[in-house]
Amino acid sequence: MVEKSTLKKLFERSYIVIALVLLYTPIFLMIVFSFFNTSSFSFSKGMSFNAYIQLFTSSNASTLGQAFKNTLLIAAISSVTATILGSFASIGIFAMSKRSRKIVENVNQLPVINSEIVIAVALMLFFITFRFPDGYTRLLLGHISFCTPYVVLSVMPRLMQMDSNIYEAALDLGAKPLRAIVSVIIPIILPGILSGFAMAFTISVDDFIITQLNKGTTSGIETLSTYIYSSQHTAGGLKPYWFAAFSIIIVVVVGALLLINLRRYKKTPSKRAENSR
Amino acid sequence: MTTDKIIELKNVSKSYDEKPVVSSVSLTIKKGEFVTFLGPSGCGKTTTLRMIAGFEKPTSGTIYISGKDMTTSPPYDRNVNTVFQNYALFPHLNVYNNIAFGLKLKSIPDGTFFVDKNGNKFENLRKLTKDEIAAKVKTALKMVDLEEYEKRNVSSLSGGQKQRVAIARSLVNEPDVLLLDEPLGALDLKMRKDMQIELMNMHKKLGITFLYVTHDQEEALTMSDTIVVMKDGIIQQIGTPQKVYDEPANAFVADFIGESNIFSGIMVTDFNVKFCDHSFECVDKGFKYNEPIDVIVRPEDVSILSSDDARAALLATISSCVFKGDHFQITAIIAGGEDYEMLIHDNVNCRPGDKVGLYIKPSDLHIMHKARIINEIVTEMWDTNTVEICGGKFPCQCDLPSGTKVKVSVDFDDVIIYDDENDGIIGGEIVNTIYKGNYYQCVVRTDTYYDFFADTEDEWLKGDRVGISVAPDKILITKLEETI
Amino acid sequence: MKTYITNIGSKLVTKIKGFRITRSVFAYPYVLFMSLFVVAPLVILLANAFISNGQFTFSNFSDLVRDGASLKTLSFSILVGIITTSLCLLIGYPVAFILSKWSSGRLIVLLFILPMWVNFLIRTLSTRYMFEALGIELGIGTLIFGLVYNYIPFMILPLHTTLSNIDKSYSEAASDLGAHSITTFLKITLPLSMPGILSGITMVFIPTISTFAITQFLGGTSAHLFGDSINTKFEHQLYGVGSVMSLIMLALVLVSNYFMRKTNRGEAARNLW
Repeated sequence: MVEKSTLKKLFERSYIVIALVLLYTPIFLMIVFSFFNTSSFSFSKGMSFNAYIQLFTSSNASTLGQAFKNTLLIAAISSVTATILGSFASIGIFAMSKRSRKIVENVNQLPVINSEIVIAVALMLFFITFRFPDGYTRLLLGHISFCTPYVVLSVMPRLMQMDSNIYEAALDLGAKPLRAIVSVIIPIILPGILSGFAMAFTISVDDFIITQLNKGTTSGIETLSTYIYSSQHTAGGLKPYWFAAFSIIIVVVVGALLLINLRRYKKTPSKRAENSR
Repeated sequence: MTTDKIIELKNVSKSYDEKPVVSSVSLTIKKGEFVTFLGPSGCGKTTTLRMIAGFEKPTSGTIYISGKDMTTSPPYDRNVNTVFQNYALFPHLNVYNNIAFGLKLKSIPDGTFFVDKNGNKFENLRKLTKDEIAAKVKTALKMVDLEEYEKRNVSSLSGGQKQRVAIARSLVNEPDVLLLDEPLGALDLKMRKDMQIELMNMHKKLGITFLYVTHDQEEALTMSDTIVVMKDGIIQQIGTPQKVYDEPANAFVADFIGESNIFSGIMVTDFNVKFCDHSFECVDKGFKYNEPIDVIVRPEDVSILSSDDARAALLATISSCVFKGDHFQITAIIAGGEDYEMLIHDNVNCRPGDKVGLYIKPSDLHIMHKARIINEIVTEMWDTNTVEICGGKFPCQCDLPSGTKVKVSVDFDDVIIYDDENDGIIGGEIVNTIYKGNYYQCVVRTDTYYDFFADTEDEWLKGDRVGISVAPDKILITKLEETI
Repeated sequence: MKTYITNIGSKLVTKIKGFRITRSVFAYPYVLFMSLFVVAPLVILLANAFISNGQFTFSNFSDLVRDGASLKTLSFSILVGIITTSLCLLIGYPVAFILSKWSSGRLIVLLFILPMWVNFLIRTLSTRYMFEALGIELGIGTLIFGLVYNYIPFMILPLHTTLSNIDKSYSEAASDLGAHSITTFLKITLPLSMPGILSGITMVFIPTISTFAITQFLGGTSAHLFGDSINTKFEHQLYGVGSVMSLIMLALVLVSNYFMRKTNRGEAARNLW
């Protein structure tokens, strides 16, 4: 009987381990082979830092740097805009009557549930129909439109948890609406606003399909995603320096997320446990 | 400054999506009074308070504060402050900053004047200085006994302490009126009793008008100068605690405030009432002869005598007796009738099965008109043998053609209530249930806002959805003459 | 009638006069923005489905049916979607189930979701190079592996959330009443985790059939999904037919979301931040 349960435990543990190993093997291999100056997973060229050096010296280094800058610039502008737009919107939506609130929340849900390709082509048709200027305008508007809903989704729960009389209490004590929002509501929902911003930023950085279809052929704007795609697709394979770039991205993203979450996990272990129950 | 009226409501009504919550409420509150709005949840008491605070705008009617029409003024322009049920303390500010919040926003005259182009003279305003604010906060904290708590985070306070901070935060602004929305609802019993006394002391000391909302009748009776009893958005009675208790205006007030026995009876002649199948002498007159009325008897007004006592007006059998600390709570079944039940508070210990005599002083019989003696609805025939009532098609025995205007009458006894809404012809919500000795009288509100009175054997829970139907032969239909 | 109009007029005047900055005003810019850049594009998409050569027509629909290839792609995509989703469920359910019993489960779930935040092109290319190194020919098999690899976090997360929210006393009560562990699982845990299953299915199925980059990297020459078809149509400026196909995609999205309203990608993202 005891043996059976330990066997079960062993089985469960190995199942999880195998699943995790499978999940991490490809990206782990990417990091390993970034040190072998290769454009396939092979050891033939020996270990070196050439790939990393090429990041800065190859003929495409400036394009790569530009793509990197574009990605961050678009993500920064659109996530800041989305955060401001979405945070105020949440406060507004929260105060709406039930019916209009439901309508707005459903529209808010559209970009979240919709398939990216549909969002991308719909935006493309819209921009073409109304002759929006090519390039950054289209990309920024597009990115803001699919990032803002995530900000709203992240701020709304905070508002819901807030004592429903807080805003009224501020008015009651003599604050005008704008003052009440700035000095009472916003400080209270700040954690939601911050995580909404983080979400908007990462979603914007990660986007490929919507950017690919709306960047336009003439503007020549590339973000990291579209540049990876075109390098692989049209240039017929990636140069070794890409492996280095990927590895850096993987380490930075996974490391940063792990750090943030571990910290929060340690900070509120009891709360977490309660929630998970 | 015409009078000492501080708040005046004139025909104030409020409805949400056509649904009335407060209906034509009029009342005046004198300066320095402690007024309590008392009623069950959903009776409109909180909505009324919120309209006075400025959080809601009345659908119609006028609100005067200190003689000025403030009906549509925003909360920040009114010199009234609110203490909320869940305190609504700002979680990101400490105790000091919570209390100082209103003071930092306040502007006061600085003693200098300026004259504009048209020659109007204005006083210049200034903000309070840091020291002034600190001094005021300190006084406020002292008043609520929290002097050492300035720097504390509000989330670290206990419920009672939070409540004190909330009160201090409101009082520090020196409002004309302090509005308290069930402020003690979240506290435990002992804490509540202590805070009641403290609030009463504060009221006495500060002389500020207190407007208090509660559903706890004991709290209302203990604390107030004046009680306003509300039900379904309508004021049932306004009076001193003593008056509301001793002379309830109707069966609802009697049932809601204190415990009471409520019986249906008939006023045979002046000074003679019949209920529980017995006749009693009473002190009331002026009713129609043989008018159906409600009789209310407070449990402590019934005395238990031995069964052979000459004064005994009623004979009864004890069915239960429970010791309640300072009295016994006794239920007795009245003999010689249809098993009417009487609730008695007395300090006589008895055992179930004991035969006793009961005596009630004539002046302790409270007699009041019935709100309604039969359900009456003006409507139209849907078809021959079918009448429309509150949106439902009721089969009936009447050969008037479709579209005829008719008046439908249904006895309380003949309304049948079903557990499952779909079993009835129409659906409705139980809004009230009163025990009347040996049956329950409930009020079912249909979706068209007609209140059906129904006498039933079973108790129905307030708020439940039920089905209503009436047997075809119990629907009495009279044709209305067209009057054009 | 006249009084009615003046009534409306005076109401309007009091409305304008009584206009105060209330909180709902703060949502107006957003409502305007969303109407312009979320709702309007979908309306344009709908309009384009009925326009060909500048005229109102149903020919885009008939073209699509006559073409046949796109519809074949659609049915193939649905098949691939079903296979991918089933595999995600079969592999993901045990993961979520086991982790819901562990005290450290939440932390380990995090490990399963983390790769989701690495750009999917990078992950997809990594698997591609892995297959090439192993000498495995790219095709439907590798494509399905890539899809499962990409979307399994979307399955594990809602499943884990639902499973760990199920009150333990249910299964304890069941075993107390004499049910074996397998019976308990089948009769209690599985039915109670249905919302998670449904939401996982939607979150995997929809992106799978509408994806297009993954197919190009992992599908070799043969595999082609509905997302690719839509993209190709728009690349060739066949806006009408492309719009019709996008509408079909949108319909699939709305139908599947009608059955599953609670969890969504927004929540998935929120769980991480």
